Amino acid sequence: MAEYQNLFTRVQVDAPHYPGVPHDPRGIWQRGVKASANYWLGKIGDAQVGPFYLGTTGVLSILFFIIAFEIVGLNMLASVNWNPLQFVRQLFWLALEPPAPQYGLRLPPLAHGGWWLMAGFFLTASVILWWFRTYMLARRLKLGTHTAWAFASAIWLFLVLGFIRPVLMGSWSEAVPFGIFAHLDWTAAFSLRYGNLLYNPFHALSIVFLYGSVLLFAMHAGTIMAVSRFGGEREVEQSIDRGTAAERAALFWRWTMGFNATMESVHRWAWWFAVLCTLTGGIGILLTGTVVDNWYLWAVKHGVAPAYPTTFAPLPDPATLPGAPQ
Amino acid sequence: MRNIIRNCVATLVALGLLHGCGERPPIKTEQLGYRGTGMEQNINPRIMAKLVAANQVGPVQPAADGSGPLASEIYQNVQVLKDLSVGEFTRVMLSMVDWVAPADQKNCTYCHNNENYADGSKYQYQVARRMLQMTRDINSNWKPHVAATGVTCHTCHRGQPVPPYVWYVDPGSGRENAFVGTRAGQNSAVTGLGITTIGHSSLPYDPYTPFLLGSEGIRVEGPTALPTGNRKSIQQAEWTYALMVHMSKSLGVNCTYCHNTRAWASWEQSRPQRTTAWYGIRMARALNNQYLVPLTDVFPQHRLGPTGDVAKINCQTCHQGAFKPYYGASMAKDYPELQGAKPMPVAAPADGAAADAAAAAAPAAAPAAAPAQAAAPMASTAGRARSGAAG
Repeated sequence: MAEYQNLFTRVQVDAPHYPGVPHDPRGIWQRGVKASANYWLGKIGDAQVGPFYLGTTGVLSILFFIIAFEIVGLNMLASVNWNPLQFVRQLFWLALEPPAPQYGLRLPPLAHGGWWLMAGFFLTASVILWWFRTYMLARRLKLGTHTAWAFASAIWLFLVLGFIRPVLMGSWSEAVPFGIFAHLDWTAAFSLRYGNLLYNPFHALSIVFLYGSVLLFAMHAGTIMAVSRFGGEREVEQSIDRGTAAERAALFWRWTMGFNATMESVHRWAWWFAVLCTLTGGIGILLTGTVVDNWYLWAVKHGVAPAYPTTFAPLPDPATLPGAPQ
Repeated sequence: MRNIIRNCVATLVALGLLHGCGERPPIKTEQLGYRGTGMEQNINPRIMAKLVAANQVGPVQPAADGSGPLASEIYQNVQVLKDLSVGEFTRVMLSMVDWVAPADQKNCTYCHNNENYADGSKYQYQVARRMLQMTRDINSNWKPHVAATGVTCHTCHRGQPVPPYVWYVDPGSGRENAFVGTRAGQNSAVTGLGITTIGHSSLPYDPYTPFLLGSEGIRVEGPTALPTGNRKSIQQAEWTYALMVHMSKSLGVNCTYCHNTRAWASWEQSRPQRTTAWYGIRMARALNNQYLVPLTDVFPQHRLGPTGDVAKINCQTCHQGAFKPYYGASMAKDYPELQGAKPMPVAAPADGAAADAAAAAAPAAAPAAAPAQAAAPMASTAGRARSGAAG
């Protein structure tokens, strides 16, 4: 018998396109009416593409993102003297850097951080417009706004890194460059400058929620796929009217660890873990440099970092010795 | 059959990805600190074997008789090695042919005028004289870094007129004043000079100019838990990071060779090697400023860098991938001639650096005018303190 399972689909469901529930369209960009089907998308999800509904916020968001993307990309291309081969070869190394520390929060010349400020402005505007879009579309469809608030948590971390913390520190130079290796090097340098971010408790919480999210995702997805043979993927029905799928899944986890989430609560677990990951992460970044300057010393002060014996004889700081070279 | 082909392809792809990492396992790990602190040295035996082969000591001339007349009494224009006997002097000269003269010109005339050996007109002659002063300065005044192991010309030169690893000030990308695409001295897979000095990172690619020529502050961490005025920026941390990656690459070691990475700044948790490295940074900085930069006008144009600057030294110049040059084997112990001036009946140094060397061995003869002189000894092993490049 032909089976319909996404990612391992052996049959394609082909049906008249579904236009979506009626709603209350507003703005100059109305919801589209056209839809098509894509075989390869049908392999991994719903084959139907469209109808689209970008709306005013969606159109502006995409426009602003393109502007930011172009500013970053063209600066990268210019930095290799407009050589497309070098652009491809060095793409991971190239970056658009924030202003140098001497500019503080002032407007620097375009080539010395001005482009970075502009790219940051347009990217931030794009992201916030997209947030409004997720919020408003949920409202139009009479949904809850959970997705928008989860997205807001990620935007919080993004704003702390690129805007709120630099403003509190009084320098755009504290912000992250746009670039692949460059932002990774920034992350390492950030931890080096502020005395090891691993001793920042909010960083620790963020990691807990990050790895916790992964664990919950694996547990939940694994459970649902395991009971799909009993109709377990119909989670909505199962959460209202427990069937054998829900009962078996619950029993499996009670046998495994003595406790189980429910068909509904597991999604609240997952939502909060995801939201708290960036929420706590943002708090940790915000406190760094503004409230705490050296996280390792902070951890020593509060009895968090243990002392280990040394297996060698350490020497004093040579710079403190009389007559030391500079 | 299809499955077999698919598995083969997958295996090849996986191997290709691993190959991209550059270091095929197994990698040996050596514990350097207390268990659980992660202080470990990773050693790849195959890479180590190549490095050991490439870091063998150079040719050593048979020991010379220290008695007999002084070279300065027999030869004209001997300014540095005037305390050596003729035998010792000749031995050093022959060694320099082995160590420094180019392969196609392994004889005295690379530096000397064959008509008149006292003629100092060739630039090689003038540079070699200054380099001899430098070598003696290192061996007598930089013991906190080179210890009793010491250095010879071969430590850097390895049989070549220009040491294989030197650096020039980066000329920049040429876009410093452009409208777009300035690089701020970083974010490049290849620097303007074609040398990747900072691993595969996008960190600033010329950390030498600020730290090994200038004396910019290297420390970025604050000394207190809460903010008390440390305004070092993250961008400064990136420059320091670049210097540290250079040291790691030059010595073929992990960060944990010196640091306990949970508290980079803490000297209480650092291995004593960090102190050696600290003096190494000061040594490279001082040598660049005292010996190499002043030689800029002596060198012909083709020996200078793209900004017209002289070739300078960094950690790699001596270390060449080994945590100790030649993995700790000492050539200098066979060369008492290069250890610093022997006490002389009359000490009349030609210049400040020779004065330094002479002063180390014979403090009574130290000239009062030496500007670099500081009051107190910097460490028990050091003869006298030195001031760094820019104070």
